[in-house]
Amino acid sequence: MTTMTDPPKESFQLSMLLNDTRYRSLTFQAIAAILLALSIWYLGNNLIQNLRAAGLNISYEFLGNPSGYDINQTLVEYDSQSTHARAALVGILNTLLVAFLACVTATVFGVIAGVLRLSKNWLVAKLMAVYVEIFRNIPVLIWIVIIFTIMIAVLPGPREFRGADPDASMFLGVAAFTNRGVYIPQPYFIRGFGGVADLLLVIAFLAGSFFAVRAVNARATRIQEATGERPQTLWTNLAIWFGPLIVLFLALGLTFDVPALKGFNFAGGIKIGGPLIALWFALSIYTGAFIAENVRAGIQAVSKGQTEAASALGLRPGRVMNLVVLPQALRVIIPPLISQYLNITKNSSLAIAVGYADITATLGGITLNQTGRAIECILLLMLFYLTASLLISAFMNVYNASIKLKER
Amino acid sequence: MSDTHAHSVAFVRKTEIPPAPPPASQTGIVKWLRENLFATWANGLLTIAALYVIYLVLSVILPWLFGGVWNTSSLAECREVLQGRVGGCFSVLTERWPQLIYGFTYPTDQYWRPNVAFLFMLVAIAPVLFFDLPRKLLYFTAAFPFVAYWLIWGGSILVPIVAAVGIIAGYFVFDRLNKSSFAAGFFGAIATAFVIWYLGGFLIPEDQSGAMLSPVPSRDLGGFMLNMMLGLTCVSLSLPLGIALALGRQSDMPFIKWICVIFIEFVRGVPLITLLFVASVMLAYLFPPGTTTDLFLRVVIMITMFSSAYIAEVIRGGLAALPKGQYEGADSLGLDYPQAMRLIILPQALKISIPGIVNIAVGLFKDTTLVSVISMFDVLGMIRGPILASTEWNGVYWELLGFASLLFFVTCYGISQYSQWLERRLATDHR
Repeated sequence: MTTMTDPPKESFQLSMLLNDTRYRSLTFQAIAAILLALSIWYLGNNLIQNLRAAGLNISYEFLGNPSGYDINQTLVEYDSQSTHARAALVGILNTLLVAFLACVTATVFGVIAGVLRLSKNWLVAKLMAVYVEIFRNIPVLIWIVIIFTIMIAVLPGPREFRGADPDASMFLGVAAFTNRGVYIPQPYFIRGFGGVADLLLVIAFLAGSFFAVRAVNARATRIQEATGERPQTLWTNLAIWFGPLIVLFLALGLTFDVPALKGFNFAGGIKIGGPLIALWFALSIYTGAFIAENVRAGIQAVSKGQTEAASALGLRPGRVMNLVVLPQALRVIIPPLISQYLNITKNSSLAIAVGYADITATLGGITLNQTGRAIECILLLMLFYLTASLLISAFMNVYNASIKLKER
Repeated sequence: MSDTHAHSVAFVRKTEIPPAPPPASQTGIVKWLRENLFATWANGLLTIAALYVIYLVLSVILPWLFGGVWNTSSLAECREVLQGRVGGCFSVLTERWPQLIYGFTYPTDQYWRPNVAFLFMLVAIAPVLFFDLPRKLLYFTAAFPFVAYWLIWGGSILVPIVAAVGIIAGYFVFDRLNKSSFAAGFFGAIATAFVIWYLGGFLIPEDQSGAMLSPVPSRDLGGFMLNMMLGLTCVSLSLPLGIALALGRQSDMPFIKWICVIFIEFVRGVPLITLLFVASVMLAYLFPPGTTTDLFLRVVIMITMFSSAYIAEVIRGGLAALPKGQYEGADSLGLDYPQAMRLIILPQALKISIPGIVNIAVGLFKDTTLVSVISMFDVLGMIRGPILASTEWNGVYWELLGFASLLFFVTCYGISQYSQWLERRLATDHR
C-alpha cells in the first residue's frame, strides 16, 4: 500500500490490453475462450438441429438391447441373445488379448532382430537390415491382409485331413493348422476342478516347491562361497517347480481335449481363429521391425568403453551383452518401447479389415450399423482407446521411473 | 658398426628383404569371409542358416517373378498360358493399371490431368527438398496447390483463382500490418482473406457445365492417386497446425496451454480408424444443417488433426532440446515473441525435428491405406474391392498385394533416405 507513492498511478487505457505485456496474455486467453465457446456453441447447435431433423436423440439405451449377431471368437459367454454391452465387452477382451499377445511377440522379434543387426556376421546383419526396412516401409494394413491371405491360401482346409491317406496331417497328432484357424488341445479335469481342497493342495505344493528351491539356492551359494564355483541350479529348480505340480495335476485327473475331425470341421480343443492369428502375427512382425530399430539405437547409445571394460574384466561376449550392455541400453529403449506398445494397441483396431471381433469391429462396426447410433458408439469407442492408452502409458511410466538411472 | 664386426660376421645382408606377401588366409576375400562370416563356429552356422533362408525365399520368388505372364485379360487365360508352371499373373497389373492408379470411376479420357498434376508436383516439391535449386521455383510451389486442385477436380477456374487472390491479399495485409504488431497482421490477414473469398463466391457460376475442364466429383478419385493426394495434403496442412500446437503447449498462458494439451493427448490416445469413422458417419452432424460436405474433405480434416498432434509432439521435442540461452539471447536482443520464434527459435527447433517430422510423414502416408476401411477406393481398397471381386481376376492375391507393397516401399524408403541425406546436409556442428 505504501509503494504507490512514488510513480504516478497510470490510468488504465484500452490499448494496454494489447500493448501491455501484463494484460496482453489475459486478452489473448479471453479471445481464445470466446472463440472456443462460440465454436462449441456453433457445432453443438448444428448437432442438435441435425439430430432433430433426422429424428434421432442421444441415448445409450441400445446397449441393453439384444445384439442379435454372433461372434466366432469370444473369451466370455456370449450368444446372439446377449446385449450390445456384452458384445462390446467381448470386443474389449479380444482387443486386449491381441494387443497383449502382439506386444510380447513383437518385443521378442524386435530384440532378436535389433541385436542381430549389430552382429559381426555381415550376412546376418544385412539380412536383418532388409527385414527392418521392408517391414517398416509397407503399411501395416497391407501386412495384415497379406498374412491373412497367406493363411487362407497356404494352410490346408479341414477337408484335407479326411480319409485314409489325407493330404494334411495334424501336427504331432494333437494340433491342427487349418485355413479356418489353429486347433490346439484344451486341458481339463475329468472330475472337474473345484472345491477348496483341490486349491489348497495346489497352494501347498507350490509352497513346498518354493522352499525347496530356496534351499537349493542357499546350498549353491554356500558351495560358491567355499569353493568359488557355483553349481548349476537352473535345471534342478525347474524340475522342483514343475515336477510335483505335474504329478499333482495328473493325480487330480488332468487330461487334454484333443481336437478331432467331426463332420466338416474340427471339434474340441481350443480354436484360435485365422483372423486372430493373422492380426497377431502381422502386428508382431511389423512392430518388431520398429522395436528392432529402437533396440539397435539403445545398444549403440551405450559407450564403447563399457564393452571394452567388460571384455577387459574377462567376460565372454554373451555375458558382456547380458550383464553390461543390455541393462544400460534398456534405459534408452524403454520410452520408445512404450510408444510402440501403444501403437500396437491402437493398430489392433485394424482387426476390422480381417473380421476379427475386437472392440472396433463389434461396437464400432456391427453394433453401429445395426442400431444406427453412430455418435454414441464412436464416443464409447474413443473413450475405451483413450483409457487404454492412458493406462498403458501410466503403467509403463511407473516402470520407467523405477529403472531410471539413480543420480545424486 | 658394420666395420667393427665385418671380420667376425660371416654374412651381412646389404639390401632389404622384399616384403613377403601376407599369408593367403590373411588377405582379400578369404580374410573378409573369415572375419565377417566364419569368425567362430556359431557364426559359421548362423551364416549357413542365413544362406539357406535366402535360398528358400529366392527359390520361391525368382521363378514366380521371371516366369510371369504380362499380357492376358483374365486369370483363366493366364493359367492357360502358364500351363501349371510357376509364374505370376502380372497381366492383372497391366490390364487394371488405370484402376490401380486413378480408381475406377475417374473419367478415362481425363487421365492426363492427374498425370500433369503429378509432374507439376515433382517440380513443385523439388525446390522445397533441395536447397541448391533456384529459389524462383518456389513461386511455382506456391501456385501448385491451386493448379493441382483445378487439374484434378476441374470445374470453374475461378474457384482456385479466388482462393489464391484471397491468400495473396491476406499476405499483403499481413506484410503491411506486421510492422506495427504481429497479432494485428495475423488477424487482419485472415479477415481480408475471408472477405475476398466471400465476395468471390458471388463470381463463381453455379452451373459448371461450361468449364474448361469438366468437373470431377471427389468420390470419383481413387487408387494410388488418392493415397498420394491424402498424404501430401494432410502433411502440408498439418505442419503449420503442428507448429502452432507445439508453441501453444509451451505457452505461458494456462488456458491456451491446456486446450493444446487436451487436444494433443486426446488425438494421440485414439486410433486413426476411429477418427476416420468420425469423418465418415459423425462429422456430417456437426456441419450446418442442409449442407453436404464431401467425404474427401471430411477425411482430410480428420487426418490433418491426427497428424498435427503427432507433429506437435515432435516439434515440442525440438523446442525443448534448444539450450535456454537461445531463448534468453533472443529476449536480450529485444525481440518480441513472434520475432524471437520466427527468427531464432523455430529455425533451429525445426532443424532438430526434421527426422521426427519425416517419420511422421512416412507413417501418415502409410496410414492413408486405412481409408479403404471406410469404403474409399484407395489402392488397397481397389485391390480388395473391385479388382479381386471381379470375375476375371478373382484369386490374384500376390501380384496385386505385392504391387501395392512395392509402391509404398519405394515411396517410403525414398523419403527416409532423403531425410538421412538432409540430416547430414544440415549438420552444422563439427564432429
